[in-house]
Amino acid sequence: MTLRKYLVLAGVTVFAAAGDSMLSHGMKQAGNISLHQLQGVILAVLNPWVAIGIVLLLAFFASYMNALSWADLTYVLPATSLGYVLLALVAKFVLHEQVSPLRWLGIALISGGVGFVAGGPALTSAPHDSQSALDLAPRADLPATAKVETVTVPLQATAGSPRLKPLGMTNRSDRSEL
Amino acid sequence: MRQAYTWGGILVIVVASVVGDILLARAMKQVGDVHDLWRRAGLWTVVGRTLANPNFFLGVAAMAVAFFSLLFALSWGDVSLVAPAAASLTFIGNAFAARIFLHEKVDRRRWIAATLVAAGVALLAG
Repeated sequence: MTLRKYLVLAGVTVFAAAGDSMLSHGMKQAGNISLHQLQGVILAVLNPWVAIGIVLLLAFFASYMNALSWADLTYVLPATSLGYVLLALVAKFVLHEQVSPLRWLGIALISGGVGFVAGGPALTSAPHDSQSALDLAPRADLPATAKVETVTVPLQATAGSPRLKPLGMTNRSDRSEL
Repeated sequence: MRQAYTWGGILVIVVASVVGDILLARAMKQVGDVHDLWRRAGLWTVVGRTLANPNFFLGVAAMAVAFFSLLFALSWGDVSLVAPAAASLTFIGNAFAARIFLHEKVDRRRWIAATLVAAGVALLAG
C-alpha cells in the first residue's frame, strides 16, 4: 500500500460523509418533495448545499471506483463505513450533539472491523480478465522481427532456483504490497 | 402487512446494493489499476474504458434501483429500522457475494470485520 492509495481510501471515507451531510442539510432547507411535484427536485438542486453535496458524492464515486480497481470489494467497503464514525465524531466535537453509549459502541465495533481488514492484503482475487493484462500480450500486428524469440532453459539451470514465472505475473503476497 | 412490505423493501435494497457493488467491482477490475493506466495512457483512456464497460452501467443501474427502493421502503417503515437493517445486511451480503462471484479470499479476518462493521452500523444508525 502506497501513500496515494491510503489517500484514495481516505477520500472514499471523507467525501461520502461530507457529501451526505451537505445533501441532508440542503434537503432540510429545500423542504418536503412529493412524487407529484417533481419540479421540486430541480429547485432543490439549485440550493448551494445540495449542489456541493452532489459534487462531493461524485468525488466519492470516483474515489470508490479508483479503490475498486486495485483492491478487493471486501477491503474497500469497511473504509466507506468509517464515514459513519466520522459523522458521529463531527456530531460530538463540532456540533456538540449528544452521542449515546450505544453509538460509541457502534463506533468501536466499526473501528475494530476496519482495523481487522486493514491488517490484511488489499487484493486477493486474481485479475485474470483485466484489460490491462491484455495490454501485456504480444500484438499480432507487430513485425516479425519485433517478436521475442523463445529461449529454452536447461532443466539443470532452474533446479534449486526460485520458480520461474511468466512476465506480468507476481505472487499474491507481492501484489498485495503494490 | 405493512411490516411485510417494509422487510420486502429492505430485501430489495440489499439485493440491488449487493448486485451493484459486485458489478462495479468487476467492472473496475476489468478496467485495471487506475493509477497505472492513467500514467501509461492518460486520464481519457481511464474514463473511456470505464464508460465502455457494460458491467459499470449495469452496476450503476442496480445502485439506482437500490436508491429508489430505499425511498419506497422509507415510506412504508421507520427510518430507524430500514436504514440500519439495509446497511448491515448489505455488508454481510457483499462478503458472501464477493467470495462467490469475485473469487475474493474472504478469510476469517474479513468475516470478523464484516460482522463487526455490520453490527456497528446497526448500532450507529439505529
